[in-house]
Amino acid sequence: MRAVNHLTLPRALHPGAWWLWALCMAVAASRTRNPVLLILILAVTGFVVSARRSDAPWAHSFTAFLKLGLLVIGVRVVLQALLSTRSQGNTVLFTLPEIPLPDWAAGVKLGGEVTAEALVTALYDGGQLAVMLCCVGAANALASPRRLLKSLPGALYEMGVACVVALTFAPQLVTDGRRVRAARRLRGRTRASFRTTAMPVLEGALDRSVELAAAMDSRGYGRTAQAPRAQRRLTALCVLLGLLGILLGVYALLTDAMAFPFAAGALAAGVLLAVAAMAVGRQRVSRTRYRPDPWALPEWLVVAAGAVAAGAMVTAAAHGVNGLLLAGPLVVPPVPALPVVGVLTGLAPAVVAPPLKSPLKKAVS
Amino acid sequence: MIEFDQVTVTYDGAREPALRDVSFTVPEGELALVIGRTGSGKSTLLRAINGLVPHFTGGTLAGRVLVAGRDTSECRPRDLADVVGMVGQDPMAGFVTDTVEDELAYSMESLGVAPDVMRRRVEETLDLLGLADVRDRALTSLSGGQRQRTAIGAALTSHPAVLVLDEPTSALDPQAAEEVLAALQRLVHDLGVTVVMAEHRLERVIQYADRVIEVPGGAAAVSTGLPAERMVTAPVAPPVVELGRLAGWSPLPLSVRDARRAAVALRSQLDSAAPARPLAAIGEELGRCTDLVVSYGDVTALRGVSLSIKAGEVVALMGRNGAGKSTLLNALVGIVPVRSGTAMAAGTDPRRTKPNQLVKAVGLVPQEPADLLYAATVADECASADSDFKVPAGSCRALLGRLAPDVALDGHPRDLSEGQRLCLALAVVLCGAPPLLLLDEPTRGLDYGAKRRLVAILRELAAAGHAVVLSTHDVEMVAEVATRVMVLADGELVSDGETAEVIAGSPAFAPQVAKILAPLPFLTVGEVAEALDRAS
Repeated sequence: MRAVNHLTLPRALHPGAWWLWALCMAVAASRTRNPVLLILILAVTGFVVSARRSDAPWAHSFTAFLKLGLLVIGVRVVLQALLSTRSQGNTVLFTLPEIPLPDWAAGVKLGGEVTAEALVTALYDGGQLAVMLCCVGAANALASPRRLLKSLPGALYEMGVACVVALTFAPQLVTDGRRVRAARRLRGRTRASFRTTAMPVLEGALDRSVELAAAMDSRGYGRTAQAPRAQRRLTALCVLLGLLGILLGVYALLTDAMAFPFAAGALAAGVLLAVAAMAVGRQRVSRTRYRPDPWALPEWLVVAAGAVAAGAMVTAAAHGVNGLLLAGPLVVPPVPALPVVGVLTGLAPAVVAPPLKSPLKKAVS
Repeated sequence: MIEFDQVTVTYDGAREPALRDVSFTVPEGELALVIGRTGSGKSTLLRAINGLVPHFTGGTLAGRVLVAGRDTSECRPRDLADVVGMVGQDPMAGFVTDTVEDELAYSMESLGVAPDVMRRRVEETLDLLGLADVRDRALTSLSGGQRQRTAIGAALTSHPAVLVLDEPTSALDPQAAEEVLAALQRLVHDLGVTVVMAEHRLERVIQYADRVIEVPGGAAAVSTGLPAERMVTAPVAPPVVELGRLAGWSPLPLSVRDARRAAVALRSQLDSAAPARPLAAIGEELGRCTDLVVSYGDVTALRGVSLSIKAGEVVALMGRNGAGKSTLLNALVGIVPVRSGTAMAAGTDPRRTKPNQLVKAVGLVPQEPADLLYAATVADECASADSDFKVPAGSCRALLGRLAPDVALDGHPRDLSEGQRLCLALAVVLCGAPPLLLLDEPTRGLDYGAKRRLVAILRELAAAGHAVVLSTHDVEMVAEVATRVMVLADGELVSDGETAEVIAGSPAFAPQVAKILAPLPFLTVGEVAEALDRAS
């Protein structure tokens, strides 16, 4: 067996595999509002993250996404309580003071009776969105977006570099702002003005970009792009249109917003355009890649685990399996067998993805 | 290898050329040191080697620059990337990727080097520069010396014939500077790389140089020569050279080791003498920390630091990069929140004082002096500083005139060289004349002349009853000006005492004169000159 196919030999998994797996888990979450299934999906992603994340700075982002998810649920529940009507049920929990609204807002109620059904529905809806966010957070924690950009096809290289630079500069701006605000104190000034806050930060950012551009130029960036301008533009346009097509197709397939043949058509056309553009674009790029992430057995297994989870949920939803959507807000949520088994398959990466090199062991050897 | 032929560089909109009629050659395998005052055009000269001047910066270049047979007027910097490796002043600003290994590979990827060759060269470079232990680490988590070595490594992996470095050790502590210089030494000796390096800290680098290129700035001509010859007459010289001149040694020693061998007679002559050090007139307490703890998230920057700073003292704060020096200074002006303990400045709690009152008690020149500067011209900056600190108009400009006499008053503060910008920020803070003055690495990028003027001003302030605290890596400056030295390590105060006591015996912090004359207790050339005077 080739070394890259070993499941237990420590190495970093291809970032694309992590992102695909995480997106599959998000697709699975998008098919259900059953709190049992949602919590199960969250637990599965959380377990895999804790088993396979590194100790790099971005690996802590799962917690941040968890907090964001809680915020989403909170906002959803509060809004529902304010705008609650009796449309979902009649179990009144408590009554808020009702704020009279003008005639043109007839049909909208602010305050008043709050029903248990409305709150529970809001909780489940918010929970679904929160779990999908956490899936993205899991991908973030397992593979930094930067590493993902590194494995972009050659034709998208320039776009990738622009994204990477932007990813570096955004946090830097925040640090700069803090430093400049501190320095204003040292000049004895209390009031902030555009000139004393934004100007130094922007000037600093501009200086840094110029320095970075000089460094990249000195290190040979852009040396090999000798294709005519028109061809370069055309390739970029095709890539963008292709990606747009893929996006549209996937969205339509997942949300039933469009008829199936049309959605599938958009997806196919998008894939075709993107692949063609990248094939053309690749010819002009003569840069090489240092230690490209391999795509081998563990990657296939991780993606397959995600695909099984998503597939089980999508099939169950398509066949109307009981338990994906609740009969009413206040019933005890059932535990449907097929989706549960499907989601549990998503746990596989915690075992089949190779472990990371631990710095401790390295020091010992 | 490098040939400048009557090169004159004029930037767009500038009245005077930045470089005038420069001609010199650097043969293959030499280490050439570019010296000159701040703002004299050293960076311009370095950037002309790989074509950043004029292709990237604009302006016009008359004459011809040949590098490895290529004319830079025909090659863009990216086309010279396989011949010239460039390392800028701030390594962090030039990093494109986020881990050490990727950064090392970046130039090779751009040049289209085959993957197996790339892999081999990265491994070789990791070993050559001692970076193997940190190969997977994020660049932001590295220490200053590791960052600088990574930047050098990133320039080296494409196997350039020429390596150009702009002040590679100016921001580093003595140990990290040693690491970087040792790595450069290996490159020159073992691999035959031609190195061109600009550096103000001559005491660190002069002994390694094969050739000195002096850029005097203004209308004076650029000249080159052998280090030992140039040092006999050079207006700026490291302490080891000044001591050699004083003692009349010939040939002039450039390294501590050579000087020590020449100093046998001088040591016996000085045997019974002791340096006369004027006692600092210690006055009331102006700064105080008791059991100060500061932490950022789960990193503890200071753990239980207690100290007291009195009027008339000049205190030098030393220690590795990241030891907590900046945090301590920031706590004394109330910029960072204190977790427990207290920090008091001139009798006030800086966290609870309004900014306009705080500046009357304590002033800080931050590590990034540009943060303090807002105005569009130097003259406006001085005028607004006068009104900020409520001092008579013209005070700030007068101070600036003393620190850096040749700063153009109608220039933009961002267009000044790093040293000049620091002088401006210093002038801005000094014109408030706060009782407690704090300086965060004030010597970074300063030439000897500016340092001498800074020393004079700090001494004057101390004599007038101010207390001065400066954090610095510059041991020579500490020996000149400090009355007390505190050393921080890992957030704790590890030594606190008179300058001579703390730095003389330490291998890392001892100034050159102390190393040459050990075990005699002399720290500076001035003290030796005075003792010799008294003896005769």
